[in-house]
Amino acid sequence: MAKDGLTEFRLVGTRPDRPDGLDKVTGRARYGADISAPGMLWAAVVRSPHAHARIVKIDTSKAEALDGVKAVITRADFPEGLTGEAWNLQENTMAGDRALYDGHAVAAVAATSAFVAQDAARLIEVEYEVLPHVIDVDDAIKPDAPVIREGAADATVPEGMPPNVVRYMEFGHGDVEAGFGAADLVMEKTYKTEATHQGYIEPHACMGQMGEDGRGEMWVCTQGHWFIRKMCTDVLGLDPAQLRVTPSEIGGGFGGKTTIFMEPLSLALSKKAGGRPVKVVMTRSEVLRATGPTASASMDVKIGMTKDGQITAGRAEFRMQGGAFPGAPVDFALMCGFAAYKMPAVEHIGYDVLANRPRAAAYRAPGSPMGAFAVESLVDEMCRELGLDPLEVRLKNAVHEGDKASYGPKFGSIGLEEVLQATKAHPNLLAELGPNQGRGMASGYWFNHSGDTSVSLAISEDGTAQVSVGTPDIGGSRASIALMTAETLGIDYEDVRVNVVETGALGVNEPTHGSRATFASGKAAVMAAEQAIGEMCRRAAAKWGIDPEAVEWVDGAAQPAGPNAGKFPPMTIAEIAAKMSSTGGPIAGHHESVPEGVGASFGTHVVDVEVDPETGRTTILRYLVVQDAGRAIHPAYVEGQYQGGAVQGIGWALNEAYIYGEDGRLQNTVFLDYRIPVASDLPMIDTVIVEVPNPGHPYGVRGVGETGITPPLPAIANAIHDAVGVRLRSLPMSPPAVLAALKAKE
Amino acid sequence: MHYHSPSTFEDAARLAASTTGVTRFLAGGTDVLVQMRAGMVLPDDLIDLKGIPGVADIQQTEDGGWRIGVAVPGIQLGAHAALVADWPGVVEGMELVGSTQVQGRATLTGNLCNGSPAADSVPGLVAAGATVEITGQDGTRTASVEDIPAGPGKTTLAQGELISAILLPPRGQNGGDAYLRFIPRTEMDIAVVGCAVSLTLDGDTVTAARVALGAVAPTVVLVPEAAEAIIGTTLDDAALEALAKAASAACNPIDDKRGTVAFRTDVAGVLAGRAAKIAYTRAKGA
Amino acid sequence: MSKTHVTTKVNGDTVEFLADPRASLLDCLRDNLGLTGTKEGCGTGDCGACSVTLDGTLVCSCLVLGVEAEGREIGTIEGMAEDKELHPLQRKFIEHAALQCGFCTPGFLVAAKALLDQNQNPTEEEVRYWLAGNLCRCTGYDKIIRAVMDAAAELRGEAA
Repeated sequence: MAKDGLTEFRLVGTRPDRPDGLDKVTGRARYGADISAPGMLWAAVVRSPHAHARIVKIDTSKAEALDGVKAVITRADFPEGLTGEAWNLQENTMAGDRALYDGHAVAAVAATSAFVAQDAARLIEVEYEVLPHVIDVDDAIKPDAPVIREGAADATVPEGMPPNVVRYMEFGHGDVEAGFGAADLVMEKTYKTEATHQGYIEPHACMGQMGEDGRGEMWVCTQGHWFIRKMCTDVLGLDPAQLRVTPSEIGGGFGGKTTIFMEPLSLALSKKAGGRPVKVVMTRSEVLRATGPTASASMDVKIGMTKDGQITAGRAEFRMQGGAFPGAPVDFALMCGFAAYKMPAVEHIGYDVLANRPRAAAYRAPGSPMGAFAVESLVDEMCRELGLDPLEVRLKNAVHEGDKASYGPKFGSIGLEEVLQATKAHPNLLAELGPNQGRGMASGYWFNHSGDTSVSLAISEDGTAQVSVGTPDIGGSRASIALMTAETLGIDYEDVRVNVVETGALGVNEPTHGSRATFASGKAAVMAAEQAIGEMCRRAAAKWGIDPEAVEWVDGAAQPAGPNAGKFPPMTIAEIAAKMSSTGGPIAGHHESVPEGVGASFGTHVVDVEVDPETGRTTILRYLVVQDAGRAIHPAYVEGQYQGGAVQGIGWALNEAYIYGEDGRLQNTVFLDYRIPVASDLPMIDTVIVEVPNPGHPYGVRGVGETGITPPLPAIANAIHDAVGVRLRSLPMSPPAVLAALKAKE
Repeated sequence: MHYHSPSTFEDAARLAASTTGVTRFLAGGTDVLVQMRAGMVLPDDLIDLKGIPGVADIQQTEDGGWRIGVAVPGIQLGAHAALVADWPGVVEGMELVGSTQVQGRATLTGNLCNGSPAADSVPGLVAAGATVEITGQDGTRTASVEDIPAGPGKTTLAQGELISAILLPPRGQNGGDAYLRFIPRTEMDIAVVGCAVSLTLDGDTVTAARVALGAVAPTVVLVPEAAEAIIGTTLDDAALEALAKAASAACNPIDDKRGTVAFRTDVAGVLAGRAAKIAYTRAKGA
Repeated sequence: MSKTHVTTKVNGDTVEFLADPRASLLDCLRDNLGLTGTKEGCGTGDCGACSVTLDGTLVCSCLVLGVEAEGREIGTIEGMAEDKELHPLQRKFIEHAALQCGFCTPGFLVAAKALLDQNQNPTEEEVRYWLAGNLCRCTGYDKIIRAVMDAAAELRGEAA
């Protein structure tokens, strides 16, 4: 459990105020849309109202003639000849000969005000020839489905597959048939999940400026500005070194801000408008129609179990659509599905399928919630069939360090057993349940990620430190990185300032994604601090005239390492820093690598629900998240990740979904009908931080951001079954769906 | 777009009659601004009624009824103790529209004129037997609330006519009303089904009742069969069952992003029973 | 399209601007007056990120026209801290880690202050329903509700 100040550390594990807190409670913090510049223009984007249509003609003449319009662009303004992912990004930024989904951009304008830009956008005349469309993944995978794109399949797809299958995979180990043969119970069921949106409250926004010489600047809300730089310059055929990207504060991302949508438009418009900066701010409808969302899934799962609860074999066949481009996270869904179980034999088959929907972006543990919904629901069904305690079955089959993972490799240090034991011990499991109330549990998994990381650290003249990181702070990472840096340097938390810096200031960084910021930027900051400590020890050694190897760093000061090194009073960081100019110049440290030692994180959730049998409404009564954090650097923000992830999962389980009409148009394009949970929907979210330190990180950190969204989907399905005896195998488990299931049971 | 802020309803009516393009009236603005923002409605003329004297007033009429100005926001209705005591169902319907923030702006008149079959405040007004005062170029007339909506987004008001007040009848003795809606979340949704019941008791027996349903037909509907099912009863189980059946039978809903035909039909009956029980309790003075 | 001259008070200061009649109060605060602390999350009154007070009443500034501000008094997040002193809600939000990305925070603070200005002893349920029109996607609301309850306790003079 998180010890909250009772650890062996001075700062790690405490809960200080976050350094950016003041700016964020006073309205001073500047987000994507909060910037403006001299001469700035405003953009508006024309989007396809059709799910699938040939673009016959675009007439921009009326828009161009409108007073105040400075630039109009279409695909004709983009370079030709791109291939692979660069082409995908370009095609998604601006439609070519066909609009591939409702909301696909077809033209954009820049004008002297937002209203003029919107008026001009309405004057752009687009002639469409509407084509047949397909939305549902099970329809899209049919051999006679409308073809989204010829030749989009990669080399993994065998001959003869249906035309919209663009990636195919199969992997596994052991003799699956023998495993099913050895089971006392074999069950196979089909589960479906609908697409959901990340739902960050800040719509995408940027301001781009690009001169005729191809040199430019961008201010943008993003999880990763080096990704933005590369993708924008790829799409526009520019030199990445000539674009400087500065990240704004970011109003939520959850994976959805790791890629580009309208950012290149600001640069292309700016270039066409003589280099004037162009601001692009999406509306909420544009966000829902044309960014994110996650994939939708249709999944067959088969499991064999002995009557005492031992899993003998598993098979998963998942079909997922991620919009009109390849990239549905079917691979991750399969890899996470059985990850919590020791699998003597397992087979995974996956299809990545195109459909006329917006291109899926990463969403918190991409794929894992879908896989968990299928597997964790079926495990629960089988426990009920066999009369077994679902927690005991999970303990019995739990993976441990050294076990072969369901997806192949051997697990390093993991804390699933500890998570399950902490769950078992929690008082929520003893709460009494009334009529129409039920309890459900499920586990979830995320690998966690490292990636390109570059951090620099500089000691100031007064012995304080500045850390420059390239991972935008979405949820308190400035605080956690400052804690680890201060702990390492032996100085106060308040004496470390962590800055998120622009692309010109550091080597390449991957975004804040994959639960990596506190792990990777944190580890790199610690290593940069150690480098600076090494230099400070050298300065002290030079002053003392002893060998640098004979100096050690203790409590923020250099001191002789043992009596043989000489007898000198400790030299504090402030003393060393004050003299650095005369002892060799600035003292700094930096670290660039793909940090090794990522630690995976398991979590288990237990939810109590009440179902209104007359309306099908599900109310969350009690909710418990137990998850392995490795070590919680700032426990309050770890709890925040657990709670936020759980509530996104609750939304996905109960009411969030992309709803399409017969015409293939998205019907719920505002928050009124894209129903993310509101405060009055929820109880407090109880958390237990389990700490099985990750040996791959100097302070034991495991990423904690993603696992939490995974268990709620099956946990709530299991709880609804426990409450009223109906099994929902399709999301969302909205009141009409639950009521229909109850009526069908009668 | 031209923004007008007339100082009398007569001026507003004349303005509206003289315009040739798209005209919208602005009361609270919580629908009009959203429609403008989405590009669904781009008015040429926007006539703000908030500058007209008296539009923010709630007044008790001589007969004991109520006259509610067109720009009275939900928050002001909820804060008016005497009105809440008389017509709790009407007020709770209005208070369910949107968030606390929306309550600071949204009005009964706007909710009615938006023409949504799912408007939360309208079933309560219909069940209450409320009327509206309509000002046109040639003077004023009154009409029943249920005669105003003509279908989704449409009203029976002619060009150059606008509502100048909502009129609630006197509550009288031993009366009670209630409004319930079903939404998937606990707040912030549009009603999937809504039901208002207003009734009067003599002792334990229901002597008069009106039942109105929302979101189950192209307009909010008054359901006399549902009222008949409980008139003359003590709201016993048989009466409640008949009420639910009548309410469900009156439904002519659609499948859409918010609910299904089957769901709406079932839940209309459920809510009718639940709302009737609350109205009954209120009529008993509890 | 001609613009309308508007004179209004924001956080106690008299200000003037020229409003496009289509522009919302939110647009005018952000783009005409440079008060970007008030955020746009939806533009449809569904998220509460643009919460301000208008003559003391909590509203979504995206649902008010800029021209309607004439002669009114507006309160925004920028005016919440008085004399450099943070409002207890602002302090409690930081202390309780009630913000992650911070984008919804100004709206939550303005809305929560409107609640505590009229009710210093709200129940958890009252806080949750009052704030139901403020969407937060990061926190799951738990720490926000705790921060508001704790700020209320402080305002009542109770030790936290």
